[in-house]
Amino acid sequence: MTPGILPLLPLLLPIAAAALILVVGRHEDLRESVTLGTAGVMVVVVLAMLPEILEGGRISITLLPLLPGGDLALRVDAFGMIFAITASVLWFLNSLYSIGYMRALREHDQTRFYFCFAIAIAAAMGIAFSANLVTLFVFYEILTLVTYPLVVHAGTPEALQAGRKYLAYLLGGGICLLGATIITYTLTGTTEFIPGGFLAGTGTGLMLQLLFILYMAGFVKAAWMPFHAWLPAAMVAPTPVSAFLHAVAVVTAGVFGVVRIAGWVYGTELMAVLGLGTVLAVIASFTIITASLFALAEDNLKRRLAYSTVSQLSYILLGVSMLSMAGLTGAMVHIPFHAFLKITLFFGAGAIIVGSGREAISEMRGIGRKMPVTAVTFAAAAAGICGLPPFCALISKVYLSVGAVQAGEVILLGVIIASSVLNVAYFFPIIYTMIVARPPDNRALGEVREAPFTMLIPLIVTVAISIAIFFFPALPFLDLAGIALAEITGGGF
Amino acid sequence: MNPVIAHLPVLLLVLPIIAALLILLAGMVNRNFSYPITLATISFQFASSLIIMVSVMTGGTIHYYLGGWAPPMGIELVIDAFNSYVLVVILAMALLIAVYARRGTALDIPPEKTVAFFVVFQLLVTGLCGMTITGDIFNLYVFLEIASISTYALVASGRNTRSLIAGFNYLVLGSIAAGLIVLGIGFLYVATGTLNMGELAAMLPASYGLATVQAAFLLLMIGFSIKVAFFPLHLWLPDAYTESPSVVTILIATATSKVTAYAMIRVIFSVFTLQYITESFPVTEMILVIASIAIIAGAVLAIAQDNLKRMLAYSSISQMGYIMFAIGIANQAALEGGLLHILAHAVMKGCLFMVAGILIYRTGTTAIRQFSGLSKTMPFTCAAFVLAGVSMIGIPPTIGFMSKYYLVLGAVEAGQYLAAAVLLIGSLLAVVYIWRVIEIMYSGSHQEETLHTGAEAPLSMLVPVLILAASCLFLGIFVDVPLAIIEPAVTLLLGVG
Repeated sequence: MTPGILPLLPLLLPIAAAALILVVGRHEDLRESVTLGTAGVMVVVVLAMLPEILEGGRISITLLPLLPGGDLALRVDAFGMIFAITASVLWFLNSLYSIGYMRALREHDQTRFYFCFAIAIAAAMGIAFSANLVTLFVFYEILTLVTYPLVVHAGTPEALQAGRKYLAYLLGGGICLLGATIITYTLTGTTEFIPGGFLAGTGTGLMLQLLFILYMAGFVKAAWMPFHAWLPAAMVAPTPVSAFLHAVAVVTAGVFGVVRIAGWVYGTELMAVLGLGTVLAVIASFTIITASLFALAEDNLKRRLAYSTVSQLSYILLGVSMLSMAGLTGAMVHIPFHAFLKITLFFGAGAIIVGSGREAISEMRGIGRKMPVTAVTFAAAAAGICGLPPFCALISKVYLSVGAVQAGEVILLGVIIASSVLNVAYFFPIIYTMIVARPPDNRALGEVREAPFTMLIPLIVTVAISIAIFFFPALPFLDLAGIALAEITGGGF
Repeated sequence: MNPVIAHLPVLLLVLPIIAALLILLAGMVNRNFSYPITLATISFQFASSLIIMVSVMTGGTIHYYLGGWAPPMGIELVIDAFNSYVLVVILAMALLIAVYARRGTALDIPPEKTVAFFVVFQLLVTGLCGMTITGDIFNLYVFLEIASISTYALVASGRNTRSLIAGFNYLVLGSIAAGLIVLGIGFLYVATGTLNMGELAAMLPASYGLATVQAAFLLLMIGFSIKVAFFPLHLWLPDAYTESPSVVTILIATATSKVTAYAMIRVIFSVFTLQYITESFPVTEMILVIASIAIIAGAVLAIAQDNLKRMLAYSSISQMGYIMFAIGIANQAALEGGLLHILAHAVMKGCLFMVAGILIYRTGTTAIRQFSGLSKTMPFTCAAFVLAGVSMIGIPPTIGFMSKYYLVLGAVEAGQYLAAAVLLIGSLLAVVYIWRVIEIMYSGSHQEETLHTGAEAPLSMLVPVLILAASCLFLGIFVDVPLAIIEPAVTLLLGVG
């Protein structure tokens, strides 16, 4: 493990940028340059750490002695790198997109918007690189807090209502996470993430099982049912915020946390002994199917996407629940693979709002005729989420299916297949409506136009990346997942 | 040691009493002289407290015999890690409040009363210092009365008659408390024949079984519980906090309440001992239960308030429950949390009450629903409220989170999972009452009817607020700085038994 200052930069850069954004707030172009410039530098910094991680190394730095149980400490490892690369690359694209979106709609309080965004990405990086539970918790709570102003950006009673729900669920979850962290510390005297876990041999079985439930309650950001209601409610936020919540950082932080707990706090063996895989499998299967059914019933495009996210996140939980090599690999790589596709869908939904002002799927008949780029990229990403080639999600789904078979759980395979059918059932009608269906009459599309370039470029790029990953999955995500798995299983099952 | 520094403990008390007299005389010549003298005196006291703390940290506990008379004949001042820490906290707050008071008193205090106001203000601060550093339990009572009587006068000094009523209520309940305390002290004297705290601690174990000692303990506990407004003996507090002039509210919510909590902890752990409250006369369980009720009840009542100051007052009842909670758990981690919370609560509640004072100063109202859209016109004040509020909720990395963490850790280590849950639920309830205000401040821009004149607070009020808000954050991030003195203080408290 090499000590190094590099992990600190992805945290400090956005915080410095946030301060700068406040200072130059009035000059819009300058303010947006700060955001974009920082995002660009961050991608470079994160990628600069990649070679060392791919060689199996780790980079660590202790910032402050904070609390008994954990210093404020960062440690970059392969799994954290998966999250960090995803978040930093997508933040860059999302920033580009935000500029187009926010200007096109002449949104208010944009300085506050970019300020919160910058702090939020710093918090996400903190979660990705946290070396122990205390550090993870600190950044987890900060992330909740700074995304709140983004969720209630509109300031309408509806937005405030959604914001209250958002806070209630996420801060409530945060408190469970704090309790779980403290109990873990009391049991073991440490909260440091150790590959393969450190809880084995402490506490009674029942205690550790209850503790796991407490952890799951803590990671309510993973939006597992029935604690998912905050996510569809948060759809009142501007679309770049939805993209941030669904792909870049927030829900990703939730599932990231669950994987961390499973691999680095409990360890797969202890999970299996305690029967926690089954608990997780039940939660995940229930969520996957139910959320897909909810999605079918939604006419609002963004809300349908929200339920799709709820469902897809549980794929990751499902992968963890299998506690097998293939299952965990699928779970880890599904985090970035889902993120790249889902952000495309949200970018598309936002482009449609900007280009036509429409949010209901039933009003989008024939809209693709005027917005071809948006419609095609949206269709591609939707097909990708369903698990069709040539998009990245196919790879993670194959891993998950193999994992289910290896684990001998035919039911789980059934869940994956059923869910894929449901995915098709709720995505293809959207594609049909947008591209194939005729507009109701000739004047219906009169005011519709394609979204501005700054919004289309991110759309095309994310789709391109999703396809590229399909052809070169090892670079870098599968490799990273392999290293992380070797770490937590001590070389193999 | 430098002779001036050697005599600093007594100078800390004597000079300010002379200064109080000076404020009166100078104020009779010209009303404007009184404020600068107050400010200078409190600055001196703050500087002294820092010097004292440093010499305690390097040279150990200071024993100072008044007039050179050794106890039990004379009165002793004892300054160890615990009270040097409390001293710095309250004098730092007093200094910030004094800065704030230049403009802050303008609205509430009639000009002809300002001289008297600052005289009493100075006496109150000095009384609190005396309570903090004395090593003699009867002397503690005397300073308590100096501080209390000053407080009654200050509470009643507002322009409206409601503040008179609040002051009178406080006077009645406070006097009952003082009566109980002095009775308790009398019983202790009967049992041991000494009033020096160190000697009491040494001599009491022999008579732990005596009914006199048990009665003394109960009388002291109930007396101090009224003084710190420990639920359900809090009835004087909401009115006193709400109706007092803003400056007075800030002072009693931060300095006075903290010093009385200090005195209570001192009596429990340094006059009696940990062993007494856990074995000879087990009360920790009961304290824990009542503290848990206080945390929840105070927060629920805070949620029900429309008046910002009254809401913060009920929040204080809840937060004092946190400190009592630490006594109820009585282990290293929990007491560190409790002592840290003395600092945390002083800083964040001071900040919130200062913001409330600014809002009254600028808008003339304390009704929460009328603050809509204030963030547009008063961005710094509102940002300070958010920061202190977030700390009150206990979100990392603020100071409020740190003290909460230690308290929960202490509870879990003691196996009190339910109590730990209560603490966490208390912080969720704090979200409800704090966030309601934040939501209105930041979202109400759509409403037409607004009262404000559209100006940020005057600088002399804003600077203390911003310092406190920044402290909420930086004391949390660099929590090992206050912990450097808290840890030995707790060891000292627990180690006596």
